[in-house]
Amino acid sequence: MDILIVLEDSSGKIHRLGLEAIVAAQSLANSQKLSVSSLVIGMNADDLSSEASQYNMDRVLKVKNDLVSSYSSDGYTEVVKQVIERESPKYIFFGHSYQVRDYVPKLSARLMKPFLADSVAFEVNEGLTVSTKQMYNAKLLSSTVPDCEPPYLISFQSAAFNSDNIILGSAQIEDYDISFDSSIIKTQSEEPFKESGEDLDLTSADLIVSVGRGIGKQENIPIAKDLAETIGADLSSSRPVVDSGWLPSVHQVGSSGQSVAPKMYLALGISGAIQHVVGMKGAKNIVAINKDPDAPIFEIADYGVVGDLLEIVPKLSEALR
Amino acid sequence: MKIAVLVKQVPGSESPLNIDSSEKGLDESQVTYITNESDNYAIEEALQICDKGEEGEVVIISMGPERVQKAIREALAKGAHRAIHINTNSSASSDPLVTASALASIMKDEKFDLIFSGLQSDDLGFGQTGVVLGEMLEMSTATLAMSTEVVDGKIRVKRELESGYFQWVTMTLPASISVQSGCNTPRYPSLKGIMGAKKKEITEVQFDEIDTFQSVKRLYSPSNSKETVMIEGSTEDIVEKLVDVLKNQIKIA
Ligand SMILES: Cc1cc2nc3c(=O)[nH]c(=O)nc-3n(C[C@H](O)[C@H](O)[C@H](O)COP(=O)(O)OP(=O)(O)OC[C@H]3O[C@@H](n4cnc5c(N)ncnc54)[C@H](O)[C@@H]3O)c2cc1C
Ligand SMILES: Nc1ncnc2c1ncn2[C@@H]1O[C@H](COP(=O)(O)O)[C@@H](O)[C@H]1O
Repeated sequence: MDILIVLEDSSGKIHRLGLEAIVAAQSLANSQKLSVSSLVIGMNADDLSSEASQYNMDRVLKVKNDLVSSYSSDGYTEVVKQVIERESPKYIFFGHSYQVRDYVPKLSARLMKPFLADSVAFEVNEGLTVSTKQMYNAKLLSSTVPDCEPPYLISFQSAAFNSDNIILGSAQIEDYDISFDSSIIKTQSEEPFKESGEDLDLTSADLIVSVGRGIGKQENIPIAKDLAETIGADLSSSRPVVDSGWLPSVHQVGSSGQSVAPKMYLALGISGAIQHVVGMKGAKNIVAINKDPDAPIFEIADYGVVGDLLEIVPKLSEALR
Repeated sequence: MKIAVLVKQVPGSESPLNIDSSEKGLDESQVTYITNESDNYAIEEALQICDKGEEGEVVIISMGPERVQKAIREALAKGAHRAIHINTNSSASSDPLVTASALASIMKDEKFDLIFSGLQSDDLGFGQTGVVLGEMLEMSTATLAMSTEVVDGKIRVKRELESGYFQWVTMTLPASISVQSGCNTPRYPSLKGIMGAKKKEITEVQFDEIDTFQSVKRLYSPSNSKETVMIEGSTEDIVEKLVDVLKNQIKIA
């Protein structure tokens, strides 16, 4: 086995980042003549394996041990480690999901093999493995290489690969036996829940004015609110604005907030970190006002203004009234 | 309760980031440094456990060159009891396995009950160090903590999941927990705290470098692939052009 993709369960379906990881694996396999297999774990392993078997790969390994019927970092680490030890894949691919953030570093430590996390691109060239990774809050990119023998653990940032490009096929499903002692699981998990509270649905908003940390302080929020009201837009924000208590969490857009796709997203003092961008990149028109000409938000903006929002926005509201 | 908090110093969000001549790191002489954002929440989480009456000690641990002592002093001024500074030259660690090995080697004899770290560093952004360290010290681990409580010698952690979900997990101690920003309200140092911090102990240690498992071959600026229409001029010009874009291009109304 050359490439092993570990697929994550998302309510009985393959997590969308897993589909993107399959595309990553298929494209590497194609250029390097490598074989691809995948691993599914847990109580929905039957559904996941039949879904995975429709894609072009060799084997789908299915692990249904009771100890990993639901996720725990200790359990998953042990399962994937045992599979790696038995199958000796060179590359183990993951989508960079919250679950992967939680247990793959542990696997990396247990194997003492590198975890090239959150890659936006990946290539193997004349035997050299290179992962491209965003650093310094997406202001810079790095080419990162492993310095030791494989296996290498690699996770991909959302949208690094397009799941529309997945190649169909038919793969062999194998029941895969893993056993270990229950005492290695040191955490007990309760049921996932959603916080109840105020509700604000931004997903169907047509116009959005969104504030980031660049607004400076809570007392400045009305500047953005005023613009939003003037043009009949909804108000949203980045995470730090919520973390600082300047706006309630229902306003947050991004990977841990809402995903929006308005006709216009006006980003005020938002740097454009990936966790924010995943929640708004579907907007038809992105307008950004930011005083830093190198802010990553300008890479996705249709219209950009380099300037001080505190100066521009009040005048803009005035002019639009 | 003996608690360690991992604190990393990183470039401030408004700092210039000039790539040095090796093309592998930054020209540090131009950089202004601050405490990593999520680490401030980690410090607060530790201090709150002690405030709640758990008898305890909060030890700040930071690895990096001389300059990181500023971040350490700031944490001591907030109320941490003492600190360990692992002195390295700055390029020493762009590998979480190496950083965590160094941390583990000096922390293993301290027998911490809890380690708090930030979810992710704002410079290299591996999002791994706290978990790797916890594993090396054979601790329970959890990430994305939004709230914690120590009960009956265990720790309950509210973790952030995807799509707006949360989940409580209960773990045995010792445990290494990485916290998500927004999990509490970090305090500011008081004047008394700042004075008191001067007398607190910072133990300086060296560590023996080990071979890396991953390294940065090149650092570079991304190229802008999207055509962005830049709107320029005086504030008046900008406002006028923006109004035109909103009304006539995007057609907001
Ligand atoms: C697991 C995880 C999940 C996350 N989930 C989310 C999420 O759901 N949503 C989210 O937003 N973030 C999320 N984050 C955080 C994310 O990584 C960034 O830290 C965050 O998006 C940055 O917010 P910001 O752009 O407002 O602040 P900063 O990055 O601090 O940017 C502020 C910007 O304002 C500009 N500025 C400052 N003053 C002015 C001024 N006067 N005029 C104009 N511009 C100015 C600055 O140049 C800068 O670009 C998550 C992080 C992690 C690790
Ligand atoms: N050099 C360091 N010194 C102290 N703590 C660190 C260091 N590097 C990383 N950490 C801790 O580990 C967390 C995650 O960092 P990272 O794995 O680089 O994203 C940071 O928020 C810190 O709490």
